[in-house]
Amino acid sequence: MPIALIRHALFAPKRPRRHLPAPTELKRSYDVVIVGGGGHGLAAAYYLARYHGIRRVAVLEKGYLASGNTARNTAVVRANYVTPGSVRFYAESVKLFENLSAELDFNILFSQRGQLTLAHTDAAMRGFRLRAEVNRRCGVESVMIGSGEIAKLVPTLNLVPAERYPVLGGLWHPPGGIVRHDAVAWGYARRAAERGVEIHQRTEVTAVHVDNGRVVAVQTNRGRVACGAVVQAVAGSSSLVAALAGLRLPIVTYPLQAMVTQPLKPFVDPLVSSPQFHVYISQTPRGDVVIGGGSDPYPLYGTRATLDLKESLIQHTIELFPCLAGAKLLRQWAGIADMTPDYSPIMGKTEVAGYYLDAGWGTWGFKATPICGKAMAELVATNETPGLIGAFGVDRFRTFRLVNEMGATAASH
Amino acid sequence: MKLIPCPLNGLRNVNEFAYGGDVLEMPATSASDDAWIDYIFTRENKAGLVREWWFHIPTSYWFILERDTVTDTVIRSYPADQVFSRRIDFPPRRES
Repeated sequence: MPIALIRHALFAPKRPRRHLPAPTELKRSYDVVIVGGGGHGLAAAYYLARYHGIRRVAVLEKGYLASGNTARNTAVVRANYVTPGSVRFYAESVKLFENLSAELDFNILFSQRGQLTLAHTDAAMRGFRLRAEVNRRCGVESVMIGSGEIAKLVPTLNLVPAERYPVLGGLWHPPGGIVRHDAVAWGYARRAAERGVEIHQRTEVTAVHVDNGRVVAVQTNRGRVACGAVVQAVAGSSSLVAALAGLRLPIVTYPLQAMVTQPLKPFVDPLVSSPQFHVYISQTPRGDVVIGGGSDPYPLYGTRATLDLKESLIQHTIELFPCLAGAKLLRQWAGIADMTPDYSPIMGKTEVAGYYLDAGWGTWGFKATPICGKAMAELVATNETPGLIGAFGVDRFRTFRLVNEMGATAASH
Repeated sequence: MKLIPCPLNGLRNVNEFAYGGDVLEMPATSASDDAWIDYIFTRENKAGLVREWWFHIPTSYWFILERDTVTDTVIRSYPADQVFSRRIDFPPRRES
């Protein structure tokens, strides 16, 4: 490494290399069109090009790269869900994240310091015992711990945040962590583009052409593009884009607000979440405290802030961590989240042949980025639904085989 | 949308209200499974004008609110009896 460093210092080109190739003209046809240039779409493009040899792929993004929920999530990665199908799915994602910096040769800063979910009631303790047991049986490390161990893990935590709701125990999940979320999208974009995938920003899909029950082309603001398959990965706009293909989904779109404080000295190592108080926090490697919570109380296609939600997040954060009372907020933001009735995603085939859905990611989409991209790529390349995502098809609402996922932190239940 | 005009109580803070979902027409009890599945799960999830059930929590009062889901503004609200003018009688429950 030092020799490479010296060589770089002496002979490096004066201008930095482009991260992505310069934009090109949109071709008239591609094998696969991916609608949405966020983490999920870019990951699917990467796995298609790298592992399935499908390189005539275009990623069409209405705005700019990773400008939607990929940039707005709170970067949490974990696998301690409650339904076995979800646990196995997210566990695969954690494994991919562990190796992603090497896979992409791009540092995604996966900081795996564990996630702690607090129980303030007996009901929560029972729920967590179930989750710990389901996790164990699926090979995922999750254990119940008492307040004594919690005090050692997080000395700055107030164990009696409210008279009615002392911390009784917690679900401790060592593989949990946080990731530099933008880097995930940039890494996938860069490596996909190197393999021939075209990434077209400011390219909006305005219509989907279906012929004889099969998708044949998409209309964009830059012309018509014929294609063999379409992957829709447009978190926040899933219902609107699916409607272009004539599909109606069981999705309702809610805003999800979050905020971040000024950088502070390290004071909390694990990620700490309290479903009772609808709040979770983590301290980034830079020192900012990221604060997130439940989704808004009513559906909206907008990212405005509301005082109610911010007050609730701040109040509960300070109850749990009184030392944060003097911290200043640096900024706040919101994303729009596609909530499904069972708090599980929708992935797979649709009634339109060649039109594949990657939707309904509510508040749990970022942590699935690598495995979802990998599974969607396999689905598109083989037209066979991989077993890992078999339970998440949109047809589950027709057969009443819902995947009731009560382990989703920010779900509004 | 910080204030909601309640038909019973006038303008009140939005945090006094609970959202109750789209105003939908319930299928007949004899309707197909598909019609019922659609009614239970499928949503238009419109970006724009929507007509919804809302509930004023302190007074336990349900009413209908029209609002815009893009601009986050209220269009108008009115009592539910302007839409539902007659009682829905369900057939007696079958013994299974």
